[in-house]
Amino acid sequence: MTNLLILPILIPLFTAIILLFISKYVNVQRGISAISTLATIAASLVLIYTINKDGIQSVNLGSWQAPFGITLVSDMLSALLVTTTSIITLVVLLYSFKAIGADRERFYYYPVVQFLLVGVNGAFTTGDIFNLFVFFEVMLMSSYVLIVLGGTKAQLREGIKYILVNVISSALFVIAVAYLYSVVGTLNMADISVKIAEVNQPVILTSIAVLFLIVFGLKGGIFPLYFWLPGSYYAPPTPILALFGALLTKVGIYSIMRTYTLFFYHDTGYTHSILAVLAIMTIIFGCIGAVAYWDVKKIIIYNIIIAVGVILFGVSTMNPDALEGSVYYLIHDMIIKAALFLLIGVMITITGTTDLKKMGGLIKEYPWLGWTFLVAVFSLAGIPPLSGFIGKLLIVRGSFEAEDYLGAGLILLSSLMVLYSVIKIFLNGIWGTPKEYKHVSKGHARYLWMTSALLVLLAVFYGFGAEALRPLFSQAAEVLVDPNIYIDAVLKE
Amino acid sequence: MKKPKTNDVILQTVTNVVTFIIVLFSLSLFFAGHYTPGGGFIGGLMTSAAIVLMLLAYDLDTVANILPIDYKILTAVGLLIAVATGAGALLFDVPFLTHAYDYFYLPLLGKTSLHTAVLFDTGVYLVVIGVTMTIIQTIGVSE
Repeated sequence: MTNLLILPILIPLFTAIILLFISKYVNVQRGISAISTLATIAASLVLIYTINKDGIQSVNLGSWQAPFGITLVSDMLSALLVTTTSIITLVVLLYSFKAIGADRERFYYYPVVQFLLVGVNGAFTTGDIFNLFVFFEVMLMSSYVLIVLGGTKAQLREGIKYILVNVISSALFVIAVAYLYSVVGTLNMADISVKIAEVNQPVILTSIAVLFLIVFGLKGGIFPLYFWLPGSYYAPPTPILALFGALLTKVGIYSIMRTYTLFFYHDTGYTHSILAVLAIMTIIFGCIGAVAYWDVKKIIIYNIIIAVGVILFGVSTMNPDALEGSVYYLIHDMIIKAALFLLIGVMITITGTTDLKKMGGLIKEYPWLGWTFLVAVFSLAGIPPLSGFIGKLLIVRGSFEAEDYLGAGLILLSSLMVLYSVIKIFLNGIWGTPKEYKHVSKGHARYLWMTSALLVLLAVFYGFGAEALRPLFSQAAEVLVDPNIYIDAVLKE
Repeated sequence: MKKPKTNDVILQTVTNVVTFIIVLFSLSLFFAGHYTPGGGFIGGLMTSAAIVLMLLAYDLDTVANILPIDYKILTAVGLLIAVATGAGALLFDVPFLTHAYDYFYLPLLGKTSLHTAVLFDTGVYLVVIGVTMTIIQTIGVSE
């Protein structure tokens, strides 16, 4: 079927539109969005299977030939990301049923989440740089709505900051695309890559590469440009925070991965060293933030920033091992961040506070929550059989091969900091002296825990099944290492 | 909060006439889009301009009586038409958004080319009206 790779975009889009008609019927909305997200997952799994069997899939929208129309391209990397995104959205939806509250549900919460899914899946799938911008905007506009939905004071204040930063970065994105278009005269990503290879990346293109790094860095939260992230992500309620933390920054990272391996790989001495330095700084500043706070939300938010640094460092080495590690770590990080946010969401619901010093002894009444959280923590830090291990291992091996000992050492050191920052939550919040909590019934907490445990379970399987999944990841990294595979699949000479 | 009644008879009479001209112009722009400047976006904006003029001359309740439309639903209908037009391609197993056209002999108009892009544009037209009017009405009623 020609249109297979559009289904993960089209199904949520249709769902969002249908949900607009029935905004007052909360239960119907829940049912429809859960079923359609399941369908999205099914479609993306079929997509992975097809790509594994037949290679990269592409479709020329409107039947216009490749460089002239919009092309959607699904290689293994995009298909894996699309699948992960859909799974996380499903779990967050299930969690939202009991966590988000009827007020928000009646005001277009479910349609907006579906639009967010459209934006993220679209951004992962598109093969056209301007279309990438459009999907970025679809995603960002949905996130604007989600960040202010409910209208509490903090949400409105942080919403303004968030919108301001993103409007500016979107304007920069348009400017960057305009520069690129004026140099190469095309918008199709495969064609851009061909044209850049023809002129062998003169200085102007290297400047455009840096401009793209600034744009995607603002979206993805790298070192000097992450300033908006801790505040803005702190404001919305946990299910929305989980969606943001797991998906939004990763789209920025994916875009950097794509542009830096497909377009600007000729003059790596300059661009990729900048990327490496910024990635290292991102890790360091993320660690400082994660260790400094006693607020559970803030700790996990700074852990997002650390992971951004680790993944981008893998990209910057342009080493096959490290690139594969980056893909592994990217998927792992999406799953585990969503899981951690949902789990601390359960803790916050039970205790009614985000302050670690006011929590304690949850293990006594909620043992299942405590042990799930511990597994998630070990998984985040990269303890061997669990999911964070193999990605970091490959990144470190890649950087040793590239003789970047400082970077590799810092990544290993950062794992310690990550472990310390989250084990702090475990020791103070879940261990420690029990306190009286009367905020929530046990059944309610158990429901929330069960949905978030789904993701932890997935992370565990991801870690244990790393060897079985290896061919898929090698296939994903292959395209990053050799852009010609991508170009041939799209431009089919 | 009742304002003193003012006499808007000139404004209202002119509005009654002008609104029709604006709506006709917007429809003309909408249908002209394929061969000349125009299309769903500008047509939709122009139609909402006509409705805004009515809002200026009368008030929200009167206009809601004349046009009993929920603009949020109108937006959704527009989106549905546009996406369904694109997705129609899936039925024929050609890439998404592939359009089709043919020539038909219609009574009165004679030989006319009918293109599915018009359906897509109808969706755009409705979405633009729906979004513009939702924004203006929402700002209009909130204190």
